[in-house]
Amino acid sequence: MAATRTHIPLRLWLCLSVLVLLAVIVPVLNLLTPPEHSLHVPTYVVSLLGKYLCFAILAVSVDLIWGYCGLLSLGQGAFFALGGYAMGVYLVRQIGSRGVYANPELPDFMVFLNWTELPWYWWGFDHFSFAVAAVVIVPALLAFVFGWFAFRSRVSGVYFSIITQALTYALMLAFFRNDMGFGGNNGLTDFKDILGFSLQSDATRLGLFILTCLALAAVLLICVAITSSRFGLVLIAIRDAENRARFLGYRVETYKVVVFTISAAMAGLAGALYVPQVGIINPGEFAPANSIESVIWVSVGGRGTLVGPIIGAVLVNFGKSWFTAAFPEFWLFVLGGLFICVTLFLPRGLLGVTESLFRRSWSMPRRSVAASTPEAAE
Amino acid sequence: MNRLKSVVLLVFAILAFGHSIPLKAEDLVSLLQPLGSSDFAGKSAAIAAIAGSGSPRASIVLQALNDGKLLVSKADRRMVILDGAEVTDAATGAAIPVVDRSALEKVGINNKLRRDLRVALGNLTLLSPDPTKRRQAAEALLKSRDPSAISSLDSALTVETDDRVKQTLTIARAAILLAGERPDVLKIAAIDTIRSHGGRDAVSLLTGPAAQNDPVGAAARRALEQIEAELKLWNAVQNLVYGLSLGSVLFLAAIGLAITFGVMGVINMAHGEMVMIGAYVAFVIQQLIAASAPTLGELSILLAIPLAFLLCGLLGIGIERSLIRFLYGRPLETLLATFGLSLVLQQAVRSIFGPTNREVATPTWMSGSVELGQLTLTINRLSIIVFALAIFVVLLLVLRFTRFGLQVRAVTQNREMAAAMGIPTGRIDALTFGLGSGIAGMAGVALSQIDNVSPNLGQAYIIDSFLVVVFGGVGNLFGTLVASLILGGLNKLLEPIAGAVLGKILLLVFVVLFIQRRPRGLFPLKGRAVEA
Repeated sequence: MAATRTHIPLRLWLCLSVLVLLAVIVPVLNLLTPPEHSLHVPTYVVSLLGKYLCFAILAVSVDLIWGYCGLLSLGQGAFFALGGYAMGVYLVRQIGSRGVYANPELPDFMVFLNWTELPWYWWGFDHFSFAVAAVVIVPALLAFVFGWFAFRSRVSGVYFSIITQALTYALMLAFFRNDMGFGGNNGLTDFKDILGFSLQSDATRLGLFILTCLALAAVLLICVAITSSRFGLVLIAIRDAENRARFLGYRVETYKVVVFTISAAMAGLAGALYVPQVGIINPGEFAPANSIESVIWVSVGGRGTLVGPIIGAVLVNFGKSWFTAAFPEFWLFVLGGLFICVTLFLPRGLLGVTESLFRRSWSMPRRSVAASTPEAAE
Repeated sequence: MNRLKSVVLLVFAILAFGHSIPLKAEDLVSLLQPLGSSDFAGKSAAIAAIAGSGSPRASIVLQALNDGKLLVSKADRRMVILDGAEVTDAATGAAIPVVDRSALEKVGINNKLRRDLRVALGNLTLLSPDPTKRRQAAEALLKSRDPSAISSLDSALTVETDDRVKQTLTIARAAILLAGERPDVLKIAAIDTIRSHGGRDAVSLLTGPAAQNDPVGAAARRALEQIEAELKLWNAVQNLVYGLSLGSVLFLAAIGLAITFGVMGVINMAHGEMVMIGAYVAFVIQQLIAASAPTLGELSILLAIPLAFLLCGLLGIGIERSLIRFLYGRPLETLLATFGLSLVLQQAVRSIFGPTNREVATPTWMSGSVELGQLTLTINRLSIIVFALAIFVVLLLVLRFTRFGLQVRAVTQNREMAAAMGIPTGRIDALTFGLGSGIAGMAGVALSQIDNVSPNLGQAYIIDSFLVVVFGGVGNLFGTLVASLILGGLNKLLEPIAGAVLGKILLLVFVVLFIQRRPRGLFPLKGRAVEA
């Protein structure tokens, strides 16, 4: 299946326009309509939407490696959580002496643990720019080292999935320890403000929401640029026939490491935007189930489409919010059923289905970007 | 010396009477009489006489006296024991129905009598016909290190026949010698005795004297060093056994996964839920048997094993036919679909049985423990090791010597060729999946003995099981066995050094690094099938 390089498909334009529209309309509706108005968007909904969009960024990062390079990472949540922790550490430093123990030097939990000084890995997080850099660099570095080891020794397929799952599991256990210096079981919370803006104020929440919309749009554009470039074509070749790509002279490992690292950085960014909006980060974010859930968002929306995962992430998480409130007993049935049905009946996801419907009704041959035969005959 | 002699004589007297001609109740009545008087010297003599009487009631009466429960009737000076609201005759133990509490008065004792009573009671229990009671008495002395007990210990030692009780008595005697004011030679001899016994008790006995700056202290320090070295060795052995136990648990959880992964190349994320369902089968069978045939309660676990195999096996075949068969050639999709299935099964069990832990009782023949030197091995852990081994052997035989096993191996090695030779690969897939799931079910029954039976049971084992499978290599029973033993052993080895959580993390890192070196596990499958 040939991929287009110059042609940017309609769905991408649509998606970008929707994102920009959301970034404009939601704040406007929140600020300019009175609370009793039927179109009013309450602030908690803004934060909820912001959360969904963070998950959408994570989903796009999963799609970049799974949809385009065939790497099913079951540890993508680890990078998300690492980015979140990097932001969380910055936010904790911003609390200053307003904590329960009013210690200007140390966060509450360190005072509680009788620590006398800040551990070295907390240094520098007083500066926002340092924290932002860490948000991207820490997950990317981990992914680079991990990927370099894994891909160089040709760990692939389910083996890769399992060791990434082991990675996030190990990190979860590690972050649960108090000695790790990230608040142990409770994680980091009670944040006060970011860059001097109070996290409780509506304006900051709207600002974060707009930022998330823009970040998602940017991530989407970067992914499109990557996947439609020459580099992206090689990725697709690796996905469809790894050995053939290798025999043609491509250094498969290098391609995989690079794309895995980029994707981890994106996941970290998503985590960093997520934490100030939900107000807490704890080791539970490393749970292997979270990572697998992010994969199902991609599956539902349509693997290898970049736009699909956004739809999937928003839909599934909306469903989760609704079900866990209305029928908490049934949510796992629904989620489990979703996993089964999507893999059995919708291998190309919602987007794939709508696209083939369009194609059939208009009987118009169209070229699609990537994705159609995920596993090629070797 | 004189005192020792008299004690020995007393002991012989007790033995002679106690074990051959029990005293009659009337004699005890007359022995009890002086207790009712106010003459403390007479009471003291009576206590010695009762202790020496050999009557089976002696210890009961003396204990009652000690606890202030021995009373005397004002009218006929009859001795009774008042326990709560129940009144019994002190000499015969017969219940006395109606007694006016005001007609009774308490038998008074003073500190000297209390001391006499303690010694007498200690002697009585040290000479009790029940070896466990004797041992308990010796252990109590080991704790209290009461110097006055040394003579009774000596006398008990001369007649003790049970080796273990004798050992405890010797240690207790040495500990008392060491604690009291004795010549250094005696103390050093006592240290030697304690050292030859070894163990953690010995360490705590010797740490005190080891701080002294004299020959005794030096001897204690030397003895301590030797004991520590011994303990280290026992510790290593203990860790090895724990590792073996954990390894067998891992093996049980992982072997089914290894089979299905080996034959079909699919990772079954719902495998942990098969284990969980197996554990619930054990629970349900236990409830059913308790309701219908309580006499068979001890055997419910044996009944649960084949039933869990059948149920989970059928469930597995059902899953393969309705789900996995449509996803062949797409291992990653299979992983996702089976993960979805695991969520559904978990929630289903949670909806039916509730989210709380269920208890599966351990049958009496599986509870208790065996002591081996300084080791304590619980029988249920040992049973699991044996069970894992049995399953390994049976599986090995099935795969090696049956037609089904031959076909499974053929499909594992080369699916197309096997199909071309007329092997019904579809049916083999279904049966293999059933076999793997059935074994998971049996593993669940075993795990119900050592773990909480809850809907999350499977989750706890699934990641470890994966690691075992990828570590051991695919489609290889020996690989799985070796991998689970290595991982189990390493885990228990790291635990005391690094702590449970850090040990687990180190283990995960170790496996991840190992996979980098040998991406196909310890025992990779060789041949063309590998890259398929």
